[in-house]
Amino acid sequence: MSKNKRFVLISVLAVILIAGIPLFALKGADFGGSDDAGSKMVEQVTGDTYTPWFTPVMEKLLGHELPGEVESLLFCVQTGIGVGIVAFCFGYLVARKKYGGDRDTHEKSRRPDEKKGAA
Amino acid sequence: MRWNKRERTELRLAMTAALAVLLCAGAEAMHIMEGYLPAAHCIVWGAVCVPFLVRGIARIRSLVREKRRVLILLAMSGAFIFVISSLKIPSVTGSCSHMTGTGLSAILFGPSVTCVLGIIVLIFQALLLAHGGITTLGANTFSMAIAGPLVSFGLYKLGEKLHWNRKFNIFLAAFLGDLLTYCVTSFQLALAYPSDSGGVAGSALMFLGVFAPTQLPLAVIEGILTVLIVMGMESFASPELRELGFRKEEASHV
Repeated sequence: MSKNKRFVLISVLAVILIAGIPLFALKGADFGGSDDAGSKMVEQVTGDTYTPWFTPVMEKLLGHELPGEVESLLFCVQTGIGVGIVAFCFGYLVARKKYGGDRDTHEKSRRPDEKKGAA
Repeated sequence: MRWNKRERTELRLAMTAALAVLLCAGAEAMHIMEGYLPAAHCIVWGAVCVPFLVRGIARIRSLVREKRRVLILLAMSGAFIFVISSLKIPSVTGSCSHMTGTGLSAILFGPSVTCVLGIIVLIFQALLLAHGGITTLGANTFSMAIAGPLVSFGLYKLGEKLHWNRKFNIFLAAFLGDLLTYCVTSFQLALAYPSDSGGVAGSALMFLGVFAPTQLPLAVIEGILTVLIVMGMESFASPELRELGFRKEEASHV
């Protein structure tokens, strides 16, 4: 296995472990968002319950809080947009390298009128 | 003094650990919630962001005009922030938090461009997800898309000058950028909610104490992921990286 491959493998494993271990190790925890922890802290610091002076736009439009399922849907949309773009770009770059499209780049960068085609 | 490779690695690890302990006093939760900052604070933080935004937009426009080929890297950096900041990850404290993902674009494009990319994500989350907020947009932009990236960018440049190991350098830049984002958030909250006994500093420490342990492992993950994607880019997008001036020498041995 090449050095880079081993590095990538170990890194991915480390990420999975760091993210996964708390989930299994802390059985009693509810893993709420730390936004809530933040508002609780504000209450603790100021000593009484704090009413935000502005409600989120979506809540205003809906008249109530965004349902949990819909919220997770929107989070997925955000992830999806990001992953889509990253994957598309890497796909393009990997294929370009495979078919040798990145070799003549030095020539191209000297002739600016040809750059548009390559981008 | 001469150090062998292993000693240098150990020294770096020790330095990282020390820095982490110093700074982990300062990691915070996520973005500041909608309506949780006084109006005056919102306006001031917003105003601080404006020059960065303007400069960032100008830089992106000049990239579009003059270096069209690097736009693919810009798109990937933006998308990376989208992905990373949408993943809520369980942490050792029993609550979830997410990362910022701004380290990559800070390293590649600098803080001003990152500011523009970051604000796009923050607006998306504020409008659709009720996560962060429109009133607190300025404060959140400052912490996530300006302060953090500035640190990442500065550290990366420093490491480059001192010829640190590249992977380590990128990791450290992204890691501390993420942590600092949350330090700044704590400070912003503390300014708005000074505690009766300790004032702003006491309140900041309280916010920090709660959120530091949550963010620390996530910052490590962010560092690792940033290193991985830069490795990928250096393997497959070296012409673009060269055009961006990312690396002077050949990008083959990362």
